[in-house]
Amino acid sequence: MLTVPVEIQILFAGILFLLGLIGLLVRRNMIFMLMSIEVMFNSAGLVFIIAGNHWKQPDGQVMFIFILAVTAVEVAIGLALLLQVYHHYKTLDADSINKLKDYH
Amino acid sequence: MATYTALIPAIPLLGFLVLALFGPKLSRRAIGNIGVSSIGIVALLTIITGIEFIKSLPGVKSYSVVVWEWINAGNLKANISFSLDALSLVFCFVITFVGFLIHVYSVGFMAKDEGFSRFFAYMNLFVGSMLILVLADNILLMYLGWEGVGLCSYLLIGFWYKVPENGYAARKAFIITRIGDTAMIIGIFILFLSFGTFNIEGIMQQASEKWISGSSIAVLTAALLLGGALGKSAQLPLQTWLPDAMAGPSPVSALIHAATMVTAGVYLIARTHVLFNLAPVVQAAIAIIGALTLLIAGFSALAQHDLKRILAYSTISQIGYMFLALGVGAWSAAVFHFMIHAFFKALLFLAAGVVILVLNEEHDIFRMGGLRKKMPVIFWTFLIGSASLSALPLVTAGFYSKEEILWFSISAEKGGTLLWIAGIIGAFLTALYSFRMIFIAFFGEARTQPSFLPGIRMTIPLIILAALSVFGGFIELPESFGNFHLFSNLVDNTLPETITRETGYSEILFQSLSALIALTGIYLAYVIYLKKPAISESFYNSRLNKFFEKGWAFDRLYDFLFVKPAVWLSEIDKDDIFDWLNIGISRLAILSNRLLSLTQNGKLRWYLLSFTIGIALILTYMILK
Repeated sequence: MLTVPVEIQILFAGILFLLGLIGLLVRRNMIFMLMSIEVMFNSAGLVFIIAGNHWKQPDGQVMFIFILAVTAVEVAIGLALLLQVYHHYKTLDADSINKLKDYH
Repeated sequence: MATYTALIPAIPLLGFLVLALFGPKLSRRAIGNIGVSSIGIVALLTIITGIEFIKSLPGVKSYSVVVWEWINAGNLKANISFSLDALSLVFCFVITFVGFLIHVYSVGFMAKDEGFSRFFAYMNLFVGSMLILVLADNILLMYLGWEGVGLCSYLLIGFWYKVPENGYAARKAFIITRIGDTAMIIGIFILFLSFGTFNIEGIMQQASEKWISGSSIAVLTAALLLGGALGKSAQLPLQTWLPDAMAGPSPVSALIHAATMVTAGVYLIARTHVLFNLAPVVQAAIAIIGALTLLIAGFSALAQHDLKRILAYSTISQIGYMFLALGVGAWSAAVFHFMIHAFFKALLFLAAGVVILVLNEEHDIFRMGGLRKKMPVIFWTFLIGSASLSALPLVTAGFYSKEEILWFSISAEKGGTLLWIAGIIGAFLTALYSFRMIFIAFFGEARTQPSFLPGIRMTIPLIILAALSVFGGFIELPESFGNFHLFSNLVDNTLPETITRETGYSEILFQSLSALIALTGIYLAYVIYLKKPAISESFYNSRLNKFFEKGWAFDRLYDFLFVKPAVWLSEIDKDDIFDWLNIGISRLAILSNRLLSLTQNGKLRWYLLSFTIGIALILTYMILK
């Protein structure tokens, strides 16, 4: 079985995380921002899997299932919020939803 | 009996609490009922207590009751405790009884005022504080009452607070009396340091045992206490606040600035008479201050145009008589004059209040005139009050009280001819200015028409007070005729008897002289103000008259001596380094607030970027460390 060195695996997860982060920063549509957050979650889950595999422990997989459950909930709440936001503002542009600020 | 003593100050305070908490929600009728009945009940209680007290004489000379422990810290102990003796009984009687009549009158007088409940709340608080003052058995509790009445005086002078002048008058009264109060509290501290107790009886006993007569500490303490008395009682040099205090409603002037509060100084000196006996210099100063004040205020009263200001100066002058009596050691004469003065001066202020009210806030006596026929009840009661004030011989109470002071001012051991001369000139002035009011305001042609006639609630208290101003004097008749000493026998249970010396004159000679002086004053007033007004008018524009009208220009003097330098000093001290420091801190706070609030711009992605940069920086730091 071909084994990829663990550093490469971590690097891969890191790239995935950065992609998610960049997506979160550059996209203005909030649906895409939510999706980018999912990507970042998954990269974190991937690190758990890699760690579990590296030390031959089941804990990593257990944690991944946890994260899966948490993301499911997060997506449900996030989408519900987005629906409300859209209902209220008729847009999902994150930059135009900026009422919560200090006036000067 | 003892329980009653504690109830006496408690009931008006309860009335105050009810009115202060629920006043705005109650109907006017309910407010009036609560305000008046609380004082009425106390007046009844005082009479019952007084009868019980007199029955127990001479066996028991004072009752005390401890209500609760107030302060207990190391050596410092003070209780909320009251004691009743002959002196406080007389004061209680005047405060509650005259206070009750004035409350009844106020229901009519303030009927249309929007601050109806506020007025009665303050008045009840005042009566409660004043009763604490005179009943307290330790000097600290007395000081509490002392400050309480000062506060009420401030609140009630500025009662119509929408007029800025009233607020100014209130502040003036508060600040000037505060000068005296500060001296007094220092005196109280010295007493505590010397004797380790606040209890008045304890202090007096220890003082007479430990302090030598004329020693510097006794003189200092007595002088400091005298300072407090001078401020409260509006005596020279702290008298300037009282004429301006007339900005308050007339019942307030009657109760606080004539009948009760301003005589607190008399009470203080009488209460601590042992100290003043130990400081003969200070006691002589009291007599001299009293004599000077009664002359200065008498001349000022003669030149005033405002009816209430005449009465205010007359109050200062009459308290001057009381101080004169205290100064020569005629304790019971001072307290007697206090009581009679409370009757007739309350009467005069209340009657003046009616006159001013029905003439639509007309204060100037030269625009009144002819009120004799329009308002007979007011005229007759005012006439009786003025007659009592000017000590009309034999028939009025004022004659007996003032004559006693005048006689003791020469015949007492500490008296003197000069004091008597000052007193007799003062008596002449009193008769002159009292009947000047009568002849100008009530006789002659009518210059302003009354808009309505006072109701029964206002006239009944006047009639009762008028009766007291006449018959109140018969409880104390001089030795030359009658020789009836009901009042001084009562008061001498608490205060020492007046020590007299042999003058070689007979009392009756002096009495006839003072009677003659009063009659001459009244006759002169009749001639120059009614019969030939040209004589008095020729003075009006003279410089001396203006000088008297301004109260001997004390206000200008104090303005020049104290106010101007204080303002000048604070002007040059406006921008010192401490100000820079404080202003700098506030500017820094505002600046950083502006900068930080820039970052809260509502842009979600901006926040995210800041997170990311922050995390990147933290990680970099942790890796490189």
